[in-house]
Amino acid sequence: MIRAEHIFKSFEGRMILDDISSTFDTGKTNLIIGQSGSGKTVLLKSLVGLHEVDSGEVFFDDVCFNRLPFMEKKAIRQHVGMIFQGGALLDSSTVFQNVRLPLDLFTRMSKAEKNKRVAFCLDRVNIVGSNDLFPSELSGGMIKRVAIARAIVMNPEYLFCDEPNSGLDPKTSVVIDNLIREITEEYNITTVINTHDMNSVMEIGEKIVFIHQGKKWWEGTRYNVLDSNNKELNDFVFASSTAKQAKARITEQGQSLR
Amino acid sequence: MKFFEFSGNYLLLLRKVFSRPEKFRIYRKRIMAEMDHLGYTSVGIVALISIFMGAVVTLQMALNFESPFIPKYLIGYATRETVFLEFSSTVVALILAGKVGSNIASEIGTMRITDQIDALEVMGINSASYLILPKIVSSVVFFPFLAILSMFVGVLGGYAMTWLTEIFPLEDYVTGLRTELKLFNIAYALIKTSVFAFLITSIAGFYGYYAKGNSLEVGKASTNAVVASCVAILVFDLILTKLMLV
Ligand SMILES: Nc1ncnc2c1ncn2[C@@H]1O[C@H](COP(=O)(O)OP(=O)(O)O)[C@@H](O)[C@H]1O
Ligand SMILES: [Mg+2]
Repeated sequence: MIRAEHIFKSFEGRMILDDISSTFDTGKTNLIIGQSGSGKTVLLKSLVGLHEVDSGEVFFDDVCFNRLPFMEKKAIRQHVGMIFQGGALLDSSTVFQNVRLPLDLFTRMSKAEKNKRVAFCLDRVNIVGSNDLFPSELSGGMIKRVAIARAIVMNPEYLFCDEPNSGLDPKTSVVIDNLIREITEEYNITTVINTHDMNSVMEIGEKIVFIHQGKKWWEGTRYNVLDSNNKELNDFVFASSTAKQAKARITEQGQSLR
Repeated sequence: MKFFEFSGNYLLLLRKVFSRPEKFRIYRKRIMAEMDHLGYTSVGIVALISIFMGAVVTLQMALNFESPFIPKYLIGYATRETVFLEFSSTVVALILAGKVGSNIASEIGTMRITDQIDALEVMGINSASYLILPKIVSSVVFFPFLAILSMFVGVLGGYAMTWLTEIFPLEDYVTGLRTELKLFNIAYALIKTSVFAFLITSIAGFYGYYAKGNSLEVGKASTNAVVASCVAILVFDLILTKLMLV
């Protein structure tokens, strides 16, 4: 479980996160949604400590993570996996080396054990026969998969994903979403995902936090989204006119049933 | 004011670079790779500029020592001193600042703006140390060899020039080369080169590490890195010469 308590963050006097508190449960895919530029990335980076928050606390289970000294943070970091928006694979390393890096640095595994573990993770995300390719030789979907493999290679307890399916076609997006959900359930990981993709919201939104103007504007599950009256949430989720009509119809039916 | 802020941040980064390195074994591998990447690939350019520099310096000396009162062997002697004391270290360092400095700043800067540095940090890796330390160590060790190469090739360039133009007797050139060779001067040049190597790699690493924004900014970081390390080289050339020779 990850708990954020009263997170404030500003850049050069501009308030980006304004008192955000929420809880993200273990074994579930927790989503942070919001418009582009609403501060999702800043929030995610604040949770993992890549940004220093102005005030507030981030708890990883019962440990107040953002107040820990460097070495203790480092110990916890080895249980954290993160998938960045652009993949952030090391350009100068091959697919296999990218996934193996955390094992090289932090474990005492033998070479054979490491290779076995890397092969397992790459297989898990369906990357076969691309071990020796460099990131520049991969498609967008493959980069995301390799990034997932790297994020899970250390058996993380916490997984953070920044727009894991941005820039992918709808079908690949759903595959990536489901992959993350399966992994989350399989290994009982606390997963937090940034997205502005409505398919993801409806597909894997077990818990949704809606960020608007730097504040936590709404939270609930994907089922709550359908019958919420929150204007900004509806404007965001049902942005296209067709979707607005669909939502209006659902609401009507709901009222006539009552 | 800006200078103090800059220096402060630079020293803070250096502290991060030299604190809590990761497993030594990983570093050894990276240092070897960087020696190849930063040092070995510079052999060609260093040899090329050195041979021309040696030739030009000899020519200049010969033209300016045109007096019957000055013994000709002094041309060889003056060439050797100039090449050994300044060209092999300072001029070569300025060239390497352009080649290696811009390479480091743009490589690390790109890693910064594409989140690769954040990815290392999230894993719990000291990214500054992991990325910059191997570059510093490998160049501090390797660049003196480039300086030795430059001394050798530079003097050879002068020899070739003398032989080709017959502007003064070749024997005098060789006699000059062998006149009053002080080992301390060579040590001085090599120490200077190591200091310059440290300045180039750490300053370029600094500019890359704190790059932000987009590819334009990385380009700017790379330019600034080259300018700043050239200035640093010249300032430290003066300081070290004052300390060691005067
Ligand atoms: N390092 C930074 N320095 C200054 N401003 C930043 C920085 N990172 C993000 N911002 C600002 O914070 C806001 C939120 O950005 P971000 O979290 O990336 O949005 P998104 O929800 O699209 O991920 C943007 O207005 C952006 O300009
Ligand atoms: Mg973002």
